[in-house]
Amino acid sequence: MKYHSISFGTRMAISRKGLLLKLLGLLSLFLIFVIGGSFIGEEQIEANMSQKNLGPSIRHLFGTDWLGRDMFFRTLSGLHLSFRVGLFSAAISTLIALILSLLSSYNKYFDAMVTILIDLLLSIPHLVTLILIAFVLGGGVKGVVVGIALTHWPSLTRVLRAELMQMKTAEYVQISKKLGKSRIWMVRNHFLPQILPQLLVGFILLFPHAILHESAITFLGFGLSPEQPAIGIILAESMKYLTAGMWWLVLFPGLSLILMVAMFEAMGNNFRKMFNPQ
Amino acid sequence: MEKWLGAFMLELKNISFRYNRSKWLFKHVNLAIGQGEIVGMYGKSGSGKTTLAKIMANYLSPAEGEILIDGEKMNNEKYYPVQLIWQHPEKAINPNWKLSTIIDEAEGLNEEIFSLLGIQKEWLNRRPHELSGGELQRFCIARAFGPNTRYIVADEITSMFDALTQAQIWHAFIKLVKERNIGVLAISHHIPLLEKISDRLIDFNKLKSCPNITN
Ligand SMILES: Nc1ncnc2c1ncn2[C@@H]1O[C@H](COP(=O)(O)OP(=O)(O)OP(=O)(O)O)[C@@H](O)[C@H]1O
Ligand SMILES: [Mg+2]
Repeated sequence: MKYHSISFGTRMAISRKGLLLKLLGLLSLFLIFVIGGSFIGEEQIEANMSQKNLGPSIRHLFGTDWLGRDMFFRTLSGLHLSFRVGLFSAAISTLIALILSLLSSYNKYFDAMVTILIDLLLSIPHLVTLILIAFVLGGGVKGVVVGIALTHWPSLTRVLRAELMQMKTAEYVQISKKLGKSRIWMVRNHFLPQILPQLLVGFILLFPHAILHESAITFLGFGLSPEQPAIGIILAESMKYLTAGMWWLVLFPGLSLILMVAMFEAMGNNFRKMFNPQ
Repeated sequence: MEKWLGAFMLELKNISFRYNRSKWLFKHVNLAIGQGEIVGMYGKSGSGKTTLAKIMANYLSPAEGEILIDGEKMNNEKYYPVQLIWQHPEKAINPNWKLSTIIDEAEGLNEEIFSLLGIQKEWLNRRPHELSGGELQRFCIARAFGPNTRYIVADEITSMFDALTQAQIWHAFIKLVKERNIGVLAISHHIPLLEKISDRLIDFNKLKSCPNITN
């Protein structure tokens, strides 16, 4: 019995360490994205008519476009912008999910309202709602962030709500109440620490979604404005030049986008595994 | 006017209860526990003792009847003067917390309580899964002795202890209760134990006047 529990413990420790290392690797990778993106000044993506339409080379890793702008730096700053949009919208979405799920656990009436809201949003394809909101707000970063934030909370809210509902009936929570603890005290000390892992995982998994949607609606013309170096803009513009054989204009930015999205997916899943290792 | 001098007891008046629409678990139960009195209660398994305990400590509301604490009806927002100690300590303690947080949550516990119940300093820094059921139960017992506790309902609280430890725990429990003049309802299947610790014994099945009425 004792032997078993010990060996199980060390195995867990090792796999946790492995996960942690992977996570650290991913974290540093995306830090490069972010920091790299924010250091790019105007001069690096300036138009340079003498360097138009060059294919990938050592000097220009991702080639240059029809205005002679370096595609590597354009992609990086595009990713940086996408990252920021993703960060904001995922954060707001997570916050909405947190508030609504807490409300939902407060009493039956709030719960009924929140449930209806969730069902309503889930019954409409969220890309439609998203485009609608972004369109109404006149596009731009604000439109995209608000649109994504308002459409992506339902599934996380559902998860958090279920967890909170179960917790509410737990004996130790009921006891806390009889010890005269206020609601806020219980939320801070019992509920929040318990749902923190789900919150974190939910947030990280929302991230790639947000980024993909940002790119998608920008590509469709409902998102960021053409002056902003977003990946969606880059891809939309580059499509016109694809027929001229300039494949690098689409391939590298597209791949980078996919890479970033996949990274966050992996990160979210790793976090999930770390919190409930089975 | 409700408060009548000398009524220093926990009174259950005509308490009836059933779990949603199923048949009555018990009807018209009357029971009074005086301050500083220890009442022992036994009864068949599944007869509703734990349910009655939850009603007394305000976890469930009775379908009929009322409960008076020292002559008063209590509102349920504040610290409830009747504290229930549950049968299963693992469920009664937040699994994510350190045990010291459990102590903090209870607020104002006297140092004497810990030494009497044999709670060791080093346990405070551990988490619930690093303690045995018996060790956890000591925390659950300690927690019930907040400064505003007037009555305690103890539902099978020592079934996880060996005979010797059980005796020690009850010894400490009785000392704490008598010092503070707390009234106790002790529920157990172990009648010899109840005989030792109680001032008075009750058979729950006799307390339930009409257990088989259905409507
Ligand atoms: N939440 C619930 N919903 C519906 N029925 C319940 C619920 N809790 C208990 N019961 C039923 O009520 C009856 C009384 O249960 P209770 O736990 O009060 O019995 P008990 O006398 O404490 O038994 P034991 O001596 O085994 O602890 C049982 O038949 C049980 O199945
Ligand atoms: Mg019971």
